[in-house]
Amino acid sequence: MSEGHSTYTPKTGIERWFDARMPLPRLVHDSFVAYPVPRNLNYMWTFGGILSIMLAAQILTGIVLAMHYTSDTNLAFDSVEKIMRDVNSGWLLRYLHSNGASFFFVAVYIHIFRGLFYGSYKAPRELLWILGCIIYLLMMATGFMGYVLPWGQMSFWGATVITGFFSAIPLVGNWIQELLLGGFAVDNPTLNRFFALHYLLPFMIAGVVVLHIWALHVVGQSNPTGIEVKSKTDTVAFTPYATIKDAFGMIVFLFVFAYFVFYLPNFLGHPDNYTVANPLKTPAHIVPEWYFLPFYAILRAITFNIGPINSKLGGVLCMFGAIAMLFLVPWLDTSKVRSAVYRPWYKLFFWLFVADAILLGWLGSQPAEGSYVFMAQMATLFYFAFFLVIMPVLGLIETPRRLPNSITEAVLEKKKGGSGHPARAAAAPETTG
Amino acid sequence: MKKILTSLALLGLVVAGTAAIAAEEEHNAAAPTHFPINEPKEMSWSFAGPFGTYDKAQLQRGLKVYKEVCSACHSMNLVAFRTLEGLGYSEAQIKTLAAEYTIHDGPNDAGDMFDRPGKPSDHFPAPFPNTEAAAAANGGAAPPDMSLLAKARGVERGFPRFIFDIFTQYAQGGPDYIHSLLTGYDQTPPAGMVIPEGTHYNPYFLSGVSLKMPKPLSDGQVTYDDGSPQTIDQYARDVSAFLMFAAEPHLEDRKKTGFRVMIFLLVFGALVYMTKRRVWADVAH
Repeated sequence: MSEGHSTYTPKTGIERWFDARMPLPRLVHDSFVAYPVPRNLNYMWTFGGILSIMLAAQILTGIVLAMHYTSDTNLAFDSVEKIMRDVNSGWLLRYLHSNGASFFFVAVYIHIFRGLFYGSYKAPRELLWILGCIIYLLMMATGFMGYVLPWGQMSFWGATVITGFFSAIPLVGNWIQELLLGGFAVDNPTLNRFFALHYLLPFMIAGVVVLHIWALHVVGQSNPTGIEVKSKTDTVAFTPYATIKDAFGMIVFLFVFAYFVFYLPNFLGHPDNYTVANPLKTPAHIVPEWYFLPFYAILRAITFNIGPINSKLGGVLCMFGAIAMLFLVPWLDTSKVRSAVYRPWYKLFFWLFVADAILLGWLGSQPAEGSYVFMAQMATLFYFAFFLVIMPVLGLIETPRRLPNSITEAVLEKKKGGSGHPARAAAAPETTG
Repeated sequence: MKKILTSLALLGLVVAGTAAIAAEEEHNAAAPTHFPINEPKEMSWSFAGPFGTYDKAQLQRGLKVYKEVCSACHSMNLVAFRTLEGLGYSEAQIKTLAAEYTIHDGPNDAGDMFDRPGKPSDHFPAPFPNTEAAAAANGGAAPPDMSLLAKARGVERGFPRFIFDIFTQYAQGGPDYIHSLLTGYDQTPPAGMVIPEGTHYNPYFLSGVSLKMPKPLSDGQVTYDDGSPQTIDQYARDVSAFLMFAAEPHLEDRKKTGFRVMIFLLVFGALVYMTKRRVWADVAH
């Protein structure tokens, strides 16, 4: 918790001068040097820092790419190819940016699942969690619009399909769709407004990130035990402890990222996007980027009408509902215990949920036909059941394991026990090291 | 409680399992529903893997095949003659090569369009003035531009192969596909299969049983002066490699830079890890 007194003492004249006028050095010192973090954080807690550098990297590469990009339907595709072929290190910038989007999502999914596993969303961190969900929504909008910019076949048809969802909304649907497109179909006005918004949204993300970190620094970080910090021995100073651990996490993440950028730069993309957009030729399978696939599977799973709601609207509602679930998590989970480490049944269902999300992702990449539809329906059912049934009910009927009294006790117990607590060691192998 | 949950979990697994088995659908040779009918053959390419480089002699042969065969119908709009330095040609050679082409340019001071010999900064001129003309001359289907073909084609690898591809760095789906397609003509379609008129059966074609393009290559069609075999297979390999170069001219640069980046991150990561161990040495965590 950070509501303690500031430990910053300005040492030089210039620091004192600043401190009396605008205590920015004090803010930085209190937030990133003296800030106490739980001593038992594992590597899952390095993804906040990883996400920050990914956002910064995306903004930097994006600004340079925008200097060479032309958002006109007749020129966009060729301008991207000019970047790839003729701009100095243009291929590197573009591959960093396109793969960077994917790895931004890899990091954010790990970050979200970490929150779900350790119950990081529980009071008093509901607002922190919701701000995170807003960042995730903004990321999805940014990623989607960014994918349209190269004006390839998947750009065009992805945009056509996704903006088409909005037309399912009763009364105002068509109006919203036309507003998004700037016309009746995806065309030059669409590309231009998507480019403008794609440039704007990352700065909005950065703004919400500031709020996210602010909220974090008010309530303090959660930790693998889920027990609140109680005394000074429960924490260590952000610098050097968290700084160096975050740095190592970042380098490992960047290593994997670089592997894709330099050796498999098109692995996560679709070959069709290297063909210029053609409104007269529909690709055999329209597939969104991989990070949207689970939601795409949910959308297509609704093949039946429910009363007055037709299958199209039902699919759209389920898809948006799937994201809305995340916002409600702090109130859906009724358990008094935060961390899944002490919740054997929740832990099981958590991993089933992870498997379900991956299964949905795979189904989203497959054509919506035959048995895939049934599988997607079952997986969608489990997705919603996890949030709406399992989370509330499990919290009421599950008997959690005995909780340690404090973080320090948990740490020392583990240190002493070594193999004495196999269940916990298996639950969080990252904590060693 | 425990029993209910276990049986629920089991039920879930059973449902998923049966659905997965049901997904394996039966197969009808005469009326296939999934394309391509045959998967592309995986060839060995000099540019594969972390240290892959283009085989310049092969690229030069591939360029010859493109110039003498493909370019009759296929444009390559995004590739400038100067890019061919990557094939090992000197500046003078590229000037000569570019000058073989006539470029429609203008307007000049008098306001007239004129023809002039190509310069290294020019791009390959297209065989048809526009897509409509290309389609009209080719039975209704415009031959695709070849600049990016090697990245714009690829057969879905499917689970679990796409996972293995990460570790084997398989990124040659495009050239494999082009090679297989070019060598996949002259096969007899299965009995009962309907081949639309004016199209040609090819079991490697990505989006149907047959395509408009007739068999483009035959043995001995292009004369090689480096003694390489003048066979369809060799032509197909060479032109596929050349198209990979056309689509990704900075591939060698990318892999070289990549190796330096990986080594840097490895060393930096090791140092940071040791520092981290040191910093945390006296804190139980």
